[in-house]
Amino acid sequence: MSAALALLVRDVKLAWREGGAIGVALGFYLVVVAITPFGLGPDLNLLARVAPGMLWVALLLAALLSADRIFHNDYEDGTLDVLTTGPLPLPVLAAVKSLAHWITTGVPLALLAPVLGLLLNLPLDAMPLLVLAMLAGTPAVSFIAAIGASLTLGLRRSGLLLALLVLPLYVPVLIFGVSTASAAMVGPGSPWPPFLMLCALSLASIVLAPLAAAAALRTALR
Amino acid sequence: MQPPFTVSLEARDIACERGGRLLFEGLNFALEPGEALLVSGPNGAGKTSLLRQLAGLLPLEAGQLSAPGAEAGTPVAELCHYVGHLNAVKSAFTVRENLAFWADFAGDGTIDAALAAFRLDALAEISAGLLSAGQRRKLALSRLFAAPRPIWLLDEPSVSLDTASVKRLDAAIRDHLKAGGIAIVSTHVPLKTKFAHELTLGLERAA
Repeated sequence: MSAALALLVRDVKLAWREGGAIGVALGFYLVVVAITPFGLGPDLNLLARVAPGMLWVALLLAALLSADRIFHNDYEDGTLDVLTTGPLPLPVLAAVKSLAHWITTGVPLALLAPVLGLLLNLPLDAMPLLVLAMLAGTPAVSFIAAIGASLTLGLRRSGLLLALLVLPLYVPVLIFGVSTASAAMVGPGSPWPPFLMLCALSLASIVLAPLAAAAALRTALR
Repeated sequence: MQPPFTVSLEARDIACERGGRLLFEGLNFALEPGEALLVSGPNGAGKTSLLRQLAGLLPLEAGQLSAPGAEAGTPVAELCHYVGHLNAVKSAFTVRENLAFWADFAGDGTIDAALAAFRLDALAEISAGLLSAGQRRKLALSRLFAAPRPIWLLDEPSVSLDTASVKRLDAAIRDHLKAGGIAIVSTHVPLKTKFAHELTLGLERAA
């Protein structure tokens, strides 16, 4: 088995085994979306209008909850030291670990979104595109989160600082993610241009974010 | 039996700085295949820092490292096994899964030798979270056998090991040297291994 695949399988297994990661993110997502109607009132039209935005904002927050796990656990028990002496260059290592985060967080959250959409009176015909947009946009979420996770490595209570660092970077993802779903619901115009921008954001993060994360990891290991 | 290692290790004039403080400078040593180096010195003299530098985890403040005999272009760090103070053991995995990952990641995927090295076969299916401190240490050391690499960097390898395991560790280092490997060990416990070289750090400050 190649080193990258071995690492990916291990990270996914660990996230599953150690618990907390997937369950907490999904639970948080559910709770945030479920309390929204209590805050906004039972106006169904209003809920439908804010549904894409609410779902995206809650998804970003839920994904950030588990973001510090990308590197933190391996840093604490010394695994990261040993991994860096392995056959993978540091940016590849960061990319594989971000990919594992996407598989264990981004994909489950995106797949849960339509169910939560029902709570917000999201029109059924907008759901396929919402899920598609989330699947296309969440790689950017995971890979950018890896930059924050590596920058805050070794700090106490790093989760809060991480959110502070990373949330502003999610603005483009949020804008194009929401406009894809809104365009599909009410128009005007086609949802595909913002969707393609979302894909471009993800592709750019997949290429660039591991380089930044690797530079931050180098410093953290000193 | 794997083919004997043919890698040597040469350090020229290396220096280390931590937090603006120069720990050591002008450090030289050359190890031929089959030789071991004992690093000693008082606490804080820079033993761990030296080993981390060799493993590529800390930058060299000055000087250079080279590994004549290795394939051109291979970084020295990739020839090294680093066993530091932290055991790099995942509590959520069984002993076997821990070793299998390292074998898949850095070696050829076989772990029988690694399980046998420190007699962990009986514990193979037990969750690593249940292991004692000494058993975790043995699991960390078993990593040395999960993927063959010519240079072993061992930082206080005998911490929390029982007497029988220290003997086994000693024998493992000797076998490694016999196979042409290199071992750089920092320890306060006397080992029977014959160290061809000794390096004492922190002498100037102690004096």
